Amino acid sequence: MNPASGKVLRKQKLYPSLAKRIRQNVLQMTHDARSSHVGTSLSMADLLAVLYGGILRVRPEEPDWPARDRFILSKGHGCAGLYAALAERGFFPRAWLENFYQNGSRLAGHATHHGVPGVEVSTGSLGHGLPMACGMAVAGKRGGEDYRVFALLSDGECDEGSVWEAALFASHHKLDHLTVIVDYNKIQSLGAVKDILSLDPFIAKWEAFGWSAREIDGHDTDKIEKAFKEMPFKEGKPSCLIAHTLKGKGVGFMENALLWHYRSPDVEELRRALKELDGGEE
Amino acid sequence: MRTAFFRTLLDLAAQDERIHLVVADIGFGAVEPFAERYPDRFLNVGVAEQNMIGISAGLALSGKVVFAYSISNFPTLRCLEQIRNDVCYHNASVKVVAVGGGFTYGALGMSHHVTEDIAILRALPNMTVVAPGDPVETEYATRALAAYQGPCYLRLGRAGEPVIHKQGIDFQLGKAIEVRPGSDLTLISTGGLLEIAVQAAEALEACGAQVRVLSMPTVKPLDQEAVLAAARETPAIATLEEHSVLGGLGGAVAEVLAESLAEKVLFKRLGLPSVFSSHIGDQNYLRAAYGLSKSGIVESLKSLLDLVRK
Repeated sequence: MNPASGKVLRKQKLYPSLAKRIRQNVLQMTHDARSSHVGTSLSMADLLAVLYGGILRVRPEEPDWPARDRFILSKGHGCAGLYAALAERGFFPRAWLENFYQNGSRLAGHATHHGVPGVEVSTGSLGHGLPMACGMAVAGKRGGEDYRVFALLSDGECDEGSVWEAALFASHHKLDHLTVIVDYNKIQSLGAVKDILSLDPFIAKWEAFGWSAREIDGHDTDKIEKAFKEMPFKEGKPSCLIAHTLKGKGVGFMENALLWHYRSPDVEELRRALKELDGGEE
Repeated sequence: MRTAFFRTLLDLAAQDERIHLVVADIGFGAVEPFAERYPDRFLNVGVAEQNMIGISAGLALSGKVVFAYSISNFPTLRCLEQIRNDVCYHNASVKVVAVGGGFTYGALGMSHHVTEDIAILRALPNMTVVAPGDPVETEYATRALAAYQGPCYLRLGRAGEPVIHKQGIDFQLGKAIEVRPGSDLTLISTGGLLEIAVQAAEALEACGAQVRVLSMPTVKPLDQEAVLAAARETPAIATLEEHSVLGGLGGAVAEVLAESLAEKVLFKRLGLPSVFSSHIGDQNYLRAAYGLSKSGIVESLKSLLDLVRK
């Protein structure tokens, strides 16, 4: 997709339609694979749609293009959503999604770069993405290159100390072409974030660590796009976008439910979910 | 070894702009020349080893050759998963460098005893593990690692070890270096005990035993040919390392010998038992406490030679 056609598509409501296709793919993939983490893929679908639909400077036909923006899915367990976004953007055939997580597949159950065009780095253990993003951002800044680096983190991931090691580093080195997006869906593995290890006051923490931070409705694609276009929020500071999201967003019976961190939809649940995404009542 | 490493690194950095040095607030009196000469290729990330390795991986994936430096177990065990996932899985050109192998920091206590690192790092796919025996090997190893595309672990001693290789050496990653010829027994040494290995061999020569001494700076990939040649040509092999006898050089050599159907040879691992040191003292004191002094090694090798003669 060249930038010109991207603009045309955006006018035609590209983002909601791309987000919908990501969600449809995620539901089908997790159903076929009987895999988990469907809720986390759905909560970030709108963020991915804006990033891959209009923000990231990437070339699907040349995934290793040196000037590409770097996108790191630090919450590697949300890889179904990432793979879906990449397939929709043409990095690899949609058919690859069909045997996600299954024997002999190219697509593992955590984000894997090996043999998968467009996956910048492999993740799956939380707290690894932001340090790697910092390394790439320093390399770009010192090399005079203009690519940007984005790392998408989960809220539970922010329990990891390495996130905050990297947060200190990024502001100290004024990495204002680095952006953290937190998919703040308020649920982590064993329950609500506020009950397990509260992050509040969350935005104040990022600001105290020297970042310029904003909160946003992580499902409002117009606002997400506007925020990305205003980055860096402040010159000389890395940007943090805390995206308030709903785990399982888009499928009523999955929304805000811990169960769907683990469960995969059965045939009937898949039918109901896809119908709801298509605007049908359920 | 530390001096040789930094001197060589400075030299390499002058020729290769990709070379970066990343430290976690360690290296007083050692890192300054690099930091001053190449400020754009130097990073002190603070006391944050996980971040140090993640950043190093990110730099390496952006085309840099990164030396990530600290001491003790800090750049390895503290951030082992970053080394495994971020560096090794991506086959990133990050060279993890640790000063303080074995009991270098003896009196500082258990936290600073580096005695399981070779075994642990050796188990990681794509990882090359190198423990030079003297400053000469350190210089060659540093050059070889900079030229090698992929993850490496460089395990150094301290500053001020004696030069063992007075003449030039043919250093290649994955190759043993014969320091002394001999036909009665082969002593294979890795790391800073090389000096004592040679002393022990000289002492045994006075007793009429010809001990072949192999320095084995590269523990992974191991020079299997040199091990099997020793098994063919000498009736006994002993390994020597300032490291647990579990999984390090001794383990690696044992694996080769055990799977070799052709060669029969007496075999002994000299190293540390799998315990935390119950002694407090400097490097030489602790080495002696665990049989790794010259006299301790001579005694162990005499016992092995006695078995050969039976």
